[in-house]
Amino acid sequence: MTTWETVIGLEVHVQQGTRTKMFCGCLSSFGDPPNTNICPTCLGLPGALPVPNAEAIRLAVRGALALGATVHPVSVFARKNYFYPDLPKGYQISQFDRPLATGGSVQFESPARGTVVCSITRLHVEEDAGKSLHDRYPGRTAVDLNRAGTPLAEIVSGPDLRSPAEARAYLVALKQILVYAGVSDCSMEKGTLRVDANLSIRPAGQSALGTKTEIKNMNSFANVERALTAERERQVALLESGGRVEQVTLLFNAATGVVRPTRSKEESHDYRYFPDPDLPPLVLDAAFIDAQRKALPELPDARRARFAEAYGVSAYHAQELTNDRRVADYFEAAVKAGAEPKSVVGWVLGEVMAGYNASGQFKWTPARLAELIAASKDGRVSHQAAKQIFDYVLQAEPGEYTVTGIAAKLGLVQVQDTGALEGWVDEVLSAFPGEVARFRGGEAKLIGFFVGQVMKKSGGKADPKGVTPILQKKLRS
Amino acid sequence: MSGVGAQAEKVEAGKVSAAESARDVADRLKLAEARGLNATLYWSEAMLAAEARRVDALRASGVALPLAGVPIALKDNIVTTDAPTTCGSRILEGYRSPYDATVVSRLRAAGALIAAKTNLDEFAMGSSTEHSAYGRVLHPLDPERVPGGSSGGSAALVGAGVVAAALGSETGGSVRQPASFCGIVGVKPTYGRVSRFGLVAFGSSLDCVSVFGRTVDDAARVLAVIAGQDARDATTVAQLPLELQPVPGSLTGLRIGMPKEYFPADLDAGVRAGVDRAAAALRALGAELVPVSLPHTAYAVPTYYVLAPAEAASNLARFDGARYGVRRVGPAGDLPSLYRATRGAGFGPEVRRRILVGTYVLSAGYYDAYYAKAQQVRNLIAADFSTAFGAGGVDLLLTPTTPTPAFRAGEKTSDPVSMYLADIFVSAVSLAGLPALSLPSGRSDGLPVGVQLVAPAFGEARMLAVAAALEAAMDATGEVR
Repeated sequence: MTTWETVIGLEVHVQQGTRTKMFCGCLSSFGDPPNTNICPTCLGLPGALPVPNAEAIRLAVRGALALGATVHPVSVFARKNYFYPDLPKGYQISQFDRPLATGGSVQFESPARGTVVCSITRLHVEEDAGKSLHDRYPGRTAVDLNRAGTPLAEIVSGPDLRSPAEARAYLVALKQILVYAGVSDCSMEKGTLRVDANLSIRPAGQSALGTKTEIKNMNSFANVERALTAERERQVALLESGGRVEQVTLLFNAATGVVRPTRSKEESHDYRYFPDPDLPPLVLDAAFIDAQRKALPELPDARRARFAEAYGVSAYHAQELTNDRRVADYFEAAVKAGAEPKSVVGWVLGEVMAGYNASGQFKWTPARLAELIAASKDGRVSHQAAKQIFDYVLQAEPGEYTVTGIAAKLGLVQVQDTGALEGWVDEVLSAFPGEVARFRGGEAKLIGFFVGQVMKKSGGKADPKGVTPILQKKLRS
Repeated sequence: MSGVGAQAEKVEAGKVSAAESARDVADRLKLAEARGLNATLYWSEAMLAAEARRVDALRASGVALPLAGVPIALKDNIVTTDAPTTCGSRILEGYRSPYDATVVSRLRAAGALIAAKTNLDEFAMGSSTEHSAYGRVLHPLDPERVPGGSSGGSAALVGAGVVAAALGSETGGSVRQPASFCGIVGVKPTYGRVSRFGLVAFGSSLDCVSVFGRTVDDAARVLAVIAGQDARDATTVAQLPLELQPVPGSLTGLRIGMPKEYFPADLDAGVRAGVDRAAAALRALGAELVPVSLPHTAYAVPTYYVLAPAEAASNLARFDGARYGVRRVGPAGDLPSLYRATRGAGFGPEVRRRILVGTYVLSAGYYDAYYAKAQQVRNLIAADFSTAFGAGGVDLLLTPTTPTPAFRAGEKTSDPVSMYLADIFVSAVSLAGLPALSLPSGRSDGLPVGVQLVAPAFGEARMLAVAAALEAAMDATGEVR
């Protein structure tokens, strides 16, 4: 039986996080009432002309540099011609034979192959089309042109991915890089990141590529993996039953998990690309490109390595801490505020992340967290109490507060005063003469029992670190 | 009718009100209509009255108005908010733009009265203004003949003395050629000198808003107002303002090249005599006339008829019936039938022909042989001019504007290629993006003939000054033989 190798390449569109559209001054926002962010240019009215948005170009350059791509000093806008009602000009302004950037790579951990470097073939800038709404009016199609003309960077990978799981891992890594670089928020939900996937299979060991199909309409990374898995299985079944793969475009249905061909008419497009005469070649000088390179933040891979090196955290923890740039920034700020890195890891990956994932924000500043960790460390509050204090702040959202203030308010300050501790110890020792005798007879593990009784007597306020030495002293005397 | 400068001076000085100026031009527009010139597609006394009130308010605010109260007609492919814009096409029947073209805003700010929208070959595709969906325009001197095109309506209005100046547009000679036919001045600026924002696109890499005037001075004053970089047109170029120079008394030291390729054996005798008259006048003014060669001239028309239709096919894709303009749905009721019915009914035969040619030359498998090759030839044509102005050491070129005077209506409509060849002396300049003008040099059997002056890029100021000197030295209404 043939062993099949899967070959996957991804085309990812990300929307740069600009305030305005690619070629006009309309807002580039999401979720506004239909056809409110429009003007003669993005409506394609007669006589209107495009003018490039410098910020959209700058963000695309940053993205390209973050992916290690070569940004070209001259690139050319080209028209991609096709008719569709949500494409107001009858062509999309894109780039074709002279893209903004070529080369580059994304490194990620493959579930099966270890560290994989996936090549990036090209990154080019273009404008988005509007949206056709087929479900708004029965039997008719409505068109919303708010999205028409919003900026996109299209990032094309080489055919370097070997499984649906790798495709997903690549997307996670790519998204991290682009979010770190501040290019885009990369939200599939908002449509600021979209994926078209190409997949082919070939007998293991064969170097020629098989016939590929393209899959569209996936709304999450998980669904990209599901769709590719379904398509791989479809192709394997086809070839093993003696059929052949046709080069088609398929749509994924998330509800059924099935991929289905789109109408085949759309396959024969001849886009008649040619340089857009309304836009001079895009010329970027070396100083600008260099300045963008210098302005790049530390990227996820570098940051992971540094976290492991500088803070002695494990590779796993370094990964977890750096997945989200804001979490990584938070971690570093807490460490800078004086907290011990290993304790911060526990707090950040536990309570802090839980709160952040739930609310999308950090209600504890890194400095306050460092203060809480310090109080727990020096025994002013117990570890248990520290968690209670943390949760209290999440829920009650007090305005101005200090850790000790909240601890006092909740009655969670530990008693460290020797006199008070000795009083509780004396009461416990006199209440349990039998156990005292057994301890003195050699049952050293009973110390835990005595500590527990003191804690109980104190109503949980005794600092266990202070109690033990006093017990030891009195039991031995 | 006063010239542009004199009219503006009278209105600025308060000797004539903008309202009087508006009434006068309305009277002349009525007369032109009565003659059946068919030069206008839209004008109204109400619009003119509103324009006059606007200009009076501007005058009251004390700003200098270089075109105060000067009525100016616009080719109907330049959008305005206060009139429909049809481009001479059924597909835009009734369309009204929600914004003004940059050139219109600049004219208005300079105190001009937007007087009328003028007839044109559909989407500016043609050389006779016979390809308008709204009927042909008559030549102002001979109703049997064409005024040239595609800006024939603007040319006829200026030629008939209705307005002293009008805007047209050029893609491949559509102002210089009708200016020559109608015995008026037509100035095409350097590509990038005047904003295209609001000029409905035909061939975007060639399109230039251009100016007609009764005289060089009329055209120059209007060009100076509309010229300048525009943040809304990325192809406009930052340049110093176009400062008009005084008319030189002598042209001593000026070298003017006469490219031999522009004087074929079969050149019309009257046209040739017109060039001879201009050459003699230039020599008398002290200029030196030298022979030069532009060896790729013969390729200009075929190159133009690959590139301009390619761009046009893409530019006209937006007229699909989905958002504005005429909408027709075919029998199948689906999307392709919307496109077919709307575009089939909305576009005339010349526009359809060019869309087909343009689509063909950009198609997979043909791109390199046609579009890419034509771009290479375009570079060679531009290099011909650079060589003449550079190593050749000439300051300007002198050529005939057209191979013949105005031809008869219907003479070329069944033979597109012979129509295209009417632009043989003007299209190379368009491909090179250079400034040029056509100046009347006399009459041949009563029909105007013109000469063309071509300047290096952004050399408009000197070109206009030399043209004004030449204009003063010639009797442009006299017979040339």
